[in-house]
Amino acid sequence: MNNRPYKTDMPVLLTVKPMSGDKFNFKLKLWHVFPVLLFVLFYSTFGFADAGPAKSSVFETLVRWMPLLLKGFLFNLLISVLAMGVGTAVGATLGLGQISQSAWVRKFAWFVTQFFRNSPWLVLLFFAMFLLPFEVEIVGVKIPLPDWLKATIGLSLPVMANVSEIVRGAVKSLPSGQWEAAESLAYTRTQTLWLIILPQCVKRMLPPWMNLYSILTMATVLASIVGVSEVMTLTGQVLSSEGGRPELLAPFYSFVLLLFFAYCYPIARFTVHLEKRFAVIS
Amino acid sequence: MDIFFEWFRHLYDTTGINLPFIYDAYDRNRMIDGFWMTIKLSITCLFFSTIIGMVGAWLQGSPLKWTRRIVNGYIQVFRNTPPLVQMYFFYFAIGSLLPKVATDYGGEAPLLGSFAWAAISLSFFAGAFNVEIFRSGVEAVPKSTIEAAEALGFSRLQIYRDITLPLALRVSLPALNNNLVNLVKTTTLAYAIAVPEMLYEANQIWSDNVNVTEMMIFLLLAYFFLVGILVWGMNRWEQSMKIPGYGE
Repeated sequence: MNNRPYKTDMPVLLTVKPMSGDKFNFKLKLWHVFPVLLFVLFYSTFGFADAGPAKSSVFETLVRWMPLLLKGFLFNLLISVLAMGVGTAVGATLGLGQISQSAWVRKFAWFVTQFFRNSPWLVLLFFAMFLLPFEVEIVGVKIPLPDWLKATIGLSLPVMANVSEIVRGAVKSLPSGQWEAAESLAYTRTQTLWLIILPQCVKRMLPPWMNLYSILTMATVLASIVGVSEVMTLTGQVLSSEGGRPELLAPFYSFVLLLFFAYCYPIARFTVHLEKRFAVIS
Repeated sequence: MDIFFEWFRHLYDTTGINLPFIYDAYDRNRMIDGFWMTIKLSITCLFFSTIIGMVGAWLQGSPLKWTRRIVNGYIQVFRNTPPLVQMYFFYFAIGSLLPKVATDYGGEAPLLGSFAWAAISLSFFAGAFNVEIFRSGVEAVPKSTIEAAEALGFSRLQIYRDITLPLALRVSLPALNNNLVNLVKTTTLAYAIAVPEMLYEANQIWSDNVNVTEMMIFLLLAYFFLVGILVWGMNRWEQSMKIPGYGE
């Protein structure tokens, strides 16, 4: 729905603007974090202040475990960065495969992309956890595959498929005149792709790629279901080691939510900013 | 039908490809229950998340500053936190705060079970995206149309319900389509709070039969099939709702 077919003063519908947050007149500023943090840390403390002298207060408990949870969260970030790296490398190759001149390569890349894009992340994670061996042997050297590495591979599968679609979409979104102009200047296909098409695509690919990264970061908690000791697993363990006190549940889960929010929200805002900057004015 | 089922037992005996959810009546019933549970959960979440999207987009156009702020805050929080943690938060943290009700056989049960919490948390998660999607549709409706409706004495709710939304819906459909597909895939998260949906039942079956590979491939195909049906249905709907002469 790019252009209206005819000019009129009273169109049925206006052209659609891309989804972006520019209509938000409420922007989170840095200082907003503090009231939220204070609220999360203290609201349960007041309610359970008279829980008895034997138990430490909710706030103290949370502070005591905070370093461990933060370490767990860093592990999440490590998994997300690794999975993004692997997924981007393989996905970019797959995406280029989707625009290959050979029909077979194209079909194969298309099938792989669709297959991994249409399966749930959690199922793919199970797929990787159960079907990958616990160690691989390459020329006599045994390389162990720990759980977290398998989870990283499992998470990079859907990332790969999504990156492949992003690459294909970006290449297709360029006007065909670019290809024709390059051809008339006697560039080979490889040269055209590397020197003319892809550099222009990077700008278009960056916002969706960052979006994908933030989705991936939020998906790393899935690894807790398959037993990798990341922040969610640690939270569960901390809660049970504190004796399963029900008043701890809300503050601890809120804390995990807050960690992810603090990491993903700036990325989301920056993505919106980039989208606006890179928007093609037609 | 029995011959068909028995053929798969034969397949297992001869080739080792073990598909117990076809030849074994007990596993078959488990799998069918799981399949229906996934469909039930998906439809519940599709319905409520769309409602949340429509209501949220209306509230975002509210003249009250704080209404808009609260809706925006809701969107940002639910979009930028992991759905799994949201689900845990709802199920464990909020679920434990709710009163318990007595069951028929003298015990105590939580007010809302795991299915209800899964439906609530997934609806809110997908709903946050849907509000954004509907908002971009609402923005595509020209001001002159709204003004014309105002001149005819429509109230703000009537304008939204009868004029803005029907037009906005047509613009939002492709993005909505995408989000609903994601929602169906996200229903697998309900596994984490023991909702007996497809992944959960498959897990039970592969624990009993040690046939992880076969179950995995079946699961992937099953979700492929479900998503395929949804995409087909949404595309049909999109076609039938097309505004003549607009777009393309």
